[in-house]
Amino acid sequence: MIEFHQVHKAYPVQGHTITALHPSDLRIETGQVFGLIGHSGAGKSTLLRLINRLEEPSGGRIVIDGEDITALDAQGLRRFRQQVGMIFQHFNLLASKTVAANVALPLQLAGELGSSEIASRVSQLLQRVGLAEHAHKYPAQLSGGQKQRVGIARALATEPKILLCDEATSALDPQTTGQVLQLLAEINRELGLSIVLITHEMDVIRRVCDQVAVMDAGVIVEQGPVAQVFLHPQHATTQRFVRESEHVDEGEQHDDFAHVSGRILRLTFQGEATYAPLLGTVARETGVDYSILAGRIDRIKDNPYGQLTLALTGGDIDAALARFRAADVHLEVLR
Amino acid sequence: MSESLLATWLPNVDWQEIGYASLDTLNMLGGSLLFTVLLGLPLGVLLFLTGPRQLFEQKALYGLLSLLVNVLRSVPFVILLILMIPLTVLITGTSLGVAGAIPPLVVGATPFFARLVETALREVDRGIIEALQAMGASTLQIITRALLPEALPGLIAAITVTAITLVSYTAMSGLIGGGGLGDLAVRYGYQRYQPDVMAVTVILLLVLVQVLQTAGDKLVVHFSRK
Repeated sequence: MIEFHQVHKAYPVQGHTITALHPSDLRIETGQVFGLIGHSGAGKSTLLRLINRLEEPSGGRIVIDGEDITALDAQGLRRFRQQVGMIFQHFNLLASKTVAANVALPLQLAGELGSSEIASRVSQLLQRVGLAEHAHKYPAQLSGGQKQRVGIARALATEPKILLCDEATSALDPQTTGQVLQLLAEINRELGLSIVLITHEMDVIRRVCDQVAVMDAGVIVEQGPVAQVFLHPQHATTQRFVRESEHVDEGEQHDDFAHVSGRILRLTFQGEATYAPLLGTVARETGVDYSILAGRIDRIKDNPYGQLTLALTGGDIDAALARFRAADVHLEVLR
Repeated sequence: MSESLLATWLPNVDWQEIGYASLDTLNMLGGSLLFTVLLGLPLGVLLFLTGPRQLFEQKALYGLLSLLVNVLRSVPFVILLILMIPLTVLITGTSLGVAGAIPPLVVGATPFFARLVETALREVDRGIIEALQAMGASTLQIITRALLPEALPGLIAAITVTAITLVSYTAMSGLIGGGGLGDLAVRYGYQRYQPDVMAVTVILLLVLVQVLQTAGDKLVVHFSRK
């Protein structure tokens, strides 16, 4: 478990102080995929780097599995960092070393294994990320997605308990992004390690994360389970991220359907309820007519969800609302 | 036939003397390049590490090293040759010949090479240093396992440029009795006005520079993985 207790970070820039992270508390349970989302400059990168102390906190305590890592000396910090893997937006592979040598590097630095053990560990890792046949190539000969796979193999080499992902898919095309996210989810499931990732895309959060924290101007403005935050965003920043992920532009969203008659409501389905034929049933039983004004049906991690904005006209609208309230859906009456 | 032709065209050239002078030049070059790299590489690494926004940012130390390097680089090499004579005698026991030439050559070239090393290291992506830190690498490991291997093509290019600079410096060391092809060019070609000797030495120096540059370029390509 990763705990932040009133951790903050400020640094001087040309005479005045910039606060990258205001005093923040955070709890990341072991085995979770935890997403941090924010625009550039929101402080998410700083927060991520505080976890392995690439950034030194200006104050507060960071406790990981009961150990106060803010109190570690240089030696202790190096040993701690060997238990925390990290992957990067631009991969940060050594151009002068082969794929296999890049993956072997953290093991050589740790100096605990002999060269034959390192070689067999490296081939296992490359197998896992699907790059066994590229072991003797140099990074420049690989595609972006392959480079990130090497980065992941390298980060996993020392069998870390935490994996930090710094915008790991931001430099990749959509298809490759999907493959890398799938690999991360698989690693999380099979190895049980905690993953903390930062991104500016809500879609990345939706696809792999269990929990999410939204950052804005050095403050965590909203956090919780992904389904909760994604389907019922409270803070303006979160709402904007959700809209961006649906490719809805601001103007469209401000349209409150003034020209549409009838009651307007939003239904949110999750899990099996997504597939229940609720709308048709209610319409038939209460005689209301419905038109769908906006909607999305997709998955959050592995769970299906649907969210529909409806206009109801005619029939017994109160009875219809009562039926929706009684059903396994979340109902908001917008008008 | 060919010998008589050479004798006609190059009446003053004593080929044995040219041979000795060439050997002296190569010895001066080899010896001074070796010590320049041995001293300049750590100095360059130190300049890099203590530089602005680097791993061991040390404003005062960096300022001091930087000043020292700049002072040595701004002294004309001819003056350095003469200023160095007492120190050279202290180190090698003589200020003459190949042994006497090497200390001033090293002192002249080391600051130049150290700057080139600093620049080559700065070319290494900062993300690589961060990745190594995140792996728990010590600073020494970061330097030996990442910075130097990643900068290798740049370092080879720096050694090439330095070697060629040293070739022209060796020619000047003829002034203080350093020997070598440059010395020959000055004593016979210039002072005794024997243009054939001048031409032969210059051509040999040109060949040497050409060989160094080509070999350096080949090595840079060989070690480049980008």
